[in-house]
Amino acid sequence: MSVDPTLHRVLYIDLARRRFEVRERPDVFHDGLGGTGAAIRLLEEECPAGADPMGPDNPIVMAVGPLVGLFPLASKTVAMFKSPLTGNLGESHAGGRSAVAIRSAGYGALVIRGASASPVYLSVDGHGVRFRDASALWGMRSAATVGTVIRAREAGAGARSIMRIGRAGERGVRYACVVTETYRHFGRLGLGAVFGAKKLKALVVGGRRTFDVPDRKAYRDAYDAVYHAAVDSPLMKKYHDLGTAINVLPLHASGGLPTRNLQSGQFEGAEAISAEALAKGYLGRRIACTHCPVACIHLATLRLPYPNDPYFFKTLMIGYDHEPVYAMGSLLGIADPTGLLRLLDEAEIHGFDVMSAGVALAWATEALARGLISTADTDGLTLAFGDADTYIAAMGRIVRQPTDFYRALARGTAHAAAVYGGADFALTFGGNEMPGYHTGPIGHLGYFVGARHSHLDNAGYSVDQKAAAKGEHLTPEQAADTLLEEERWRQVLTSLVVCLFARGVYDSATVIRALAAAGVETTAEALSAMGAETLRRKFAFKRREGFDAAAMPIPRRIVETPSPAGPFDEEYIRRGIAHYMARL
Amino acid sequence: MVKRLSVIDTERCVGCQSCMFACVRRSGHGGLGGACINVRSAGGIRRGFLVVVCRACPDPPCAKVCPVAALSARPGGGVRLKNELCIGCGNCARACPFGAIFWDDAADKPLVCVYCGYCAGYCPYHVIALEDVEPEVPVER
Repeated sequence: MSVDPTLHRVLYIDLARRRFEVRERPDVFHDGLGGTGAAIRLLEEECPAGADPMGPDNPIVMAVGPLVGLFPLASKTVAMFKSPLTGNLGESHAGGRSAVAIRSAGYGALVIRGASASPVYLSVDGHGVRFRDASALWGMRSAATVGTVIRAREAGAGARSIMRIGRAGERGVRYACVVTETYRHFGRLGLGAVFGAKKLKALVVGGRRTFDVPDRKAYRDAYDAVYHAAVDSPLMKKYHDLGTAINVLPLHASGGLPTRNLQSGQFEGAEAISAEALAKGYLGRRIACTHCPVACIHLATLRLPYPNDPYFFKTLMIGYDHEPVYAMGSLLGIADPTGLLRLLDEAEIHGFDVMSAGVALAWATEALARGLISTADTDGLTLAFGDADTYIAAMGRIVRQPTDFYRALARGTAHAAAVYGGADFALTFGGNEMPGYHTGPIGHLGYFVGARHSHLDNAGYSVDQKAAAKGEHLTPEQAADTLLEEERWRQVLTSLVVCLFARGVYDSATVIRALAAAGVETTAEALSAMGAETLRRKFAFKRREGFDAAAMPIPRRIVETPSPAGPFDEEYIRRGIAHYMARL
Repeated sequence: MVKRLSVIDTERCVGCQSCMFACVRRSGHGGLGGACINVRSAGGIRRGFLVVVCRACPDPPCAKVCPVAALSARPGGGVRLKNELCIGCGNCARACPFGAIFWDDAADKPLVCVYCGYCAGYCPYHVIALEDVEPEVPVER
């Protein structure tokens, strides 16, 4: 018996004609398993070379995998598209209810083509697609309210996902995200802008399908092994207790927490915005993605008085993680947790990739201080590290784009620096903004060669940290080899699709056992080959769309600000990039 | 003494739905279809979660409205379903104020908790538990 055949069903949606069809595509899933492996194959088919990322030819692919709906921590959806931020591969993963909802609606992947003439949202279930008018939802101030409206209007509570964009996506901000279930995101590389360009306000997916397995007892046994490994694992406990923001204090202590646009790796306010302080003063609820017993999502409760109305308060529930705390906290010099949480809430309302938005604002702050831009450019705002109110106002300006400067900033930090100068301190890697780890050369090398420029691509930060702990110095070639091996294996995990926080649970033997229980017979060698092949295909797509590893500018700031790994130079990173690309 | 599934504290629920998957897996399947317990947000995830499951009423309205006695009161609380008698009229589902009678659309028959407690074994946060149904002690009037 093979995998439940509903995995092979791909739902093709044409926004221009308002038509849909389902095609059986076992080929895509046999070769790529699902997730990343299936998505890159579908993207190759759907995206013509040189497509305008903001045009109707740019497809949106979302894929899930064979373990989704069957095993714990198989909780992610992989989205692929051409990125309007970098101009090449856009890949972004989100959890929430998205993955189980897509698979439970009876699909392995969705492909969204074309563009709608007027705002639309899609309601997808096992019967297909309903195209709903979204004119009334277009232009609403808050992405959260859009979720509330759709929640009341559509059926299927508990087994559906509501993915939507905010004003940032509508207005073409190149680092707009797609919000799912309020607190999870297709964050990186501008999927929200692609939604907006298609006039696609939201995508609701729901269903309650059951999946057959070849051997019920073997399935239950394999399940229990994964479940207990997950709930008993110390790593998972760490994510459950304090959440990903647990990294803030150790990074600060080692000098690896990017602070004030990475003018420093240490932040005197780190204690105040640490996971420990947020848990003590603000943690109000912990929640989980569907089928994840770990529950790493931490929500802060923020009670704010209305300044002119005594005894009126608003109480907000605001999600926080390491990357948002870095991007809107230390990177902007925000040491006040209330200011930090208000900034995170504002980013959520507009639907920004909070990481890119933080880096853009940090760069703009320094550009203003250095006289590269003036307050005429900033529409009167004097951006200053530590000033949350002005950053909140600036986020609104990036959406409204009242000046040329904000129009440039809405296209990304690299673009703005190309127009106004200041590339040396623009924290971008191949056009995408930096994650929150300044651990050393290998972390940065990882951002340059990572297929989606995330710290989760290849865990370069972790290689830096392990090398530092052992007092080792890897050559750039050794570092690149380590990153490549890790990144290949991560293509396997993201093709299943399991959460990368569960990588310690899903070792090769566990993956093979879980796949067998799901009806997929494979070997370690076959998985390994699949991972390498998937990564090659992703880079082939990137190169086809103009990615040139050797030409990527290296911001001087990353080699100037001391890192926990000690000094390193551009040459180290260049050699690492060259070796990685040669071995790919 | 008969058992029932008890919702101890929804404030600890993280919404992972592991209980729902467990209910389906007990019958040897993956996915969420056919689960006899439902976890959904209480009006948006920010407000937390509701856990809907049969509370094993001592005097169950769902059994009273079954026209063919497919659903009958279980001594001590809760109900038993004789699927072969059921005509799929849906009276039971409408009678339950909690929405704890779920529905198998393909078979057009109700789905109701059998109080096995398998789901509770997969709740890492002790939101639900299998408990004895304590008999009501009559009060003096």
